[in-house]
Amino acid sequence: MEIMHLKSFIGGIHPKDQKHYTKDLPIIKLNASDEVVFLLKQHIGAPCKPLVKIKDEVKIGQKIACEEGFVSSPIISSVSGTVKAIEERMDVSGKMQQAIVINNDGLYQTVEKEESHYESLSYEDKIEKIKEAGIVGLGGAGFPTHVKLSVKDINKVHYFIVNGAECEPYLTSDYRLMLEKTDELIDGIHVILDMFPKAICYIAIEDNKKEAISLLEEKCKDEDKIEVKALKTKYPQGGERMLIKVLTGKMLNSKMLPIDVGCIVDNVATTIAVNQAVRYNQPLLSKVMTISGEGIKPCNVEVPLGTSFQFIVDQLGGFKGEIQKLICGGPMMGSALMSLDIPVTKTSSSILAMSQDEVSLYEPSACIRCGRCLDVCPSLLKPQMLYQIALKNDTEAFIENQGMDCIECGCCSYACPAKRNMTQAFKKMKYLVSINKRK
Amino acid sequence: MNQLLHVSSSPHIKDKVTTSSIMLDVIIALLPATFFGIYQFKINAFLIIITTVITCVLAEYIYEYFMKKTITIKDLSAVVTGLILALNLPATVPLWIPVIGGVFAIIVVKQLYGGLGQNFMNPALAARCFLLISFTGRMTNFIFDGLTSPTPLVILKNGQSYELLKMFLGTTAGTIGETSALALLVGAGYLLIKGIIKLTIPLTYLITFSIFTILFSPCSFDFYYLACELCGGGLIFGAFFMATDYVTSPMDRKGQIVYGIILGILTGLFRFFGTSSEGVSYAIIISNLLVPLIDKITLKGGVF
Repeated sequence: MEIMHLKSFIGGIHPKDQKHYTKDLPIIKLNASDEVVFLLKQHIGAPCKPLVKIKDEVKIGQKIACEEGFVSSPIISSVSGTVKAIEERMDVSGKMQQAIVINNDGLYQTVEKEESHYESLSYEDKIEKIKEAGIVGLGGAGFPTHVKLSVKDINKVHYFIVNGAECEPYLTSDYRLMLEKTDELIDGIHVILDMFPKAICYIAIEDNKKEAISLLEEKCKDEDKIEVKALKTKYPQGGERMLIKVLTGKMLNSKMLPIDVGCIVDNVATTIAVNQAVRYNQPLLSKVMTISGEGIKPCNVEVPLGTSFQFIVDQLGGFKGEIQKLICGGPMMGSALMSLDIPVTKTSSSILAMSQDEVSLYEPSACIRCGRCLDVCPSLLKPQMLYQIALKNDTEAFIENQGMDCIECGCCSYACPAKRNMTQAFKKMKYLVSINKRK
Repeated sequence: MNQLLHVSSSPHIKDKVTTSSIMLDVIIALLPATFFGIYQFKINAFLIIITTVITCVLAEYIYEYFMKKTITIKDLSAVVTGLILALNLPATVPLWIPVIGGVFAIIVVKQLYGGLGQNFMNPALAARCFLLISFTGRMTNFIFDGLTSPTPLVILKNGQSYELLKMFLGTTAGTIGETSALALLVGAGYLLIKGIIKLTIPLTYLITFSIFTILFSPCSFDFYYLACELCGGGLIFGAFFMATDYVTSPMDRKGQIVYGIILGILTGLFRFFGTSSEGVSYAIIISNLLVPLIDKITLKGGVF
């Protein structure tokens, strides 16, 4: 039994993976819409300030917004054209935020690039290049990658983990990248391994992606510092803390960062972007997204940043039949969309068109204390009890009972037979705690 | 796109398991024992089962209707309560006994404390104990093969021995559903395979009880006697179907182990040192009362 030897973590769930829609479809390139919108906050950290004014001409690769602070990431134009407006636009969560709107002139003029001399670059040069390329964690968190890679002591990094788990149902963009951009991925791994002399690399892939595992194993067979690790298919295997637990045996809580246990975790797309930035001075201009669900033509697409969701859907021939719910991101952690009038950002990973909203089929009912939420919680919390605390808005008890270690993976809400929306309550509590801290 | 989209917090998918699907699985798991009871005790058993289940469902419906609460009979929990209560009754009781028992279980034990999930005792077992205390004679009147006969446990308690195979198959006197260890184990196996119950509570319960029997029973270190004690009375029924009741058992694994040990010790105490030959029902409802305390200790924080 090979499966028995696969590494895993405690807890987790097995939703239907739904990857059959798109896993065999090569990535196709889509054009940018006529109007391209760049939200000023596409990352964790301070929002950017515009560097351009209305009616300014911009080119592809031009930095159009940035922020002085270190924990931030510049915004780079993916098209050429004129700045039409700097105004509020809707983001994926439905909030309005400042954005630069550019009229795409369709000429695709590029700023002149210097050639990169990879061999002569210092550690600091590489960090600077990654920062200037506007790279953030493309898996969805959006933490600036140059900040993650800036460590006090480069010898303390022992593991560089490439997150190719892609444990969310439906999503296949990282899988396609592993198959189609294998060499660039491995080059990207070398860029990062060159920065950290003591580090070895694990490429972590769930075992439902057999082709990616065998292809990468084949390509890495002569590499002594890169190892492909097949992981058990179980959600949330791709969670940073779960990956580290499984691959190194070390447990992280909410107060620790991966670097505290000598780990750096980046996802597949981010690693490829790092390669582009460091070796070729190529900034992050596009995003690979999965378009899936029963209500739309399934495909994997590469879209210029700033393109509107509506434009993507239109190019694919619109929706098939009635759509009840639209999701950006996976069905476990993604956001339900209110409108398609939102732009692609660095962290957009998918558009899922659902003809049936599963959640609305059920009405939450009384807790029967079955303990399923305790069994599935990958952070080993006691969601049943935390939920009672959350209903009382008792932030103190929430913190005391480690509620802040909740990673919002959604396993408890998924598994609950009474269909109670526990994850939502925990998100609210974490938000309340963060507001109280700021006071 | 003209229609409104659904917007809600993640996750956007849900497991297929629901409260009613769990209850349905429990009912399916009880069917072997139910059919065996009807085969063995004939029409009386059938009437008692039907009466108890209907009483429980009606009691829940009427209470919720008049209290203007959401009607929850569709979750099937009242059916499960009724079925378990019926299987805990002797086939000789007149039909007003299951009616009183069903009303007590649903109204007093379950609904007055807030309905499903809030009751601190297993409703069916609390009702059985209530009936046992109130109508001791009728509740301990067992007939087998047309003759009034004592249950195997009473015979064992009197120092005589009993045929183990008969106890395992269930061709003995006893309540409608408790006699056949085999039929109950088939149902328990179904629940285990379906992931509805886990082995933690039944296993710690049975192991603790076995150790207690070996050490303290009148026939210590007699393993034939131990096997009879395990198959006899409501032990298998209690361990797999009643001690594992979600609402009235601890949620955390550690708590479940403590709970199983307490159950084993109490059952042993009642069987070997009490006046009655049976002790499973009392052991479970007393342990039910300890669950909030156990949970208070074990349902804390995470691992850090």
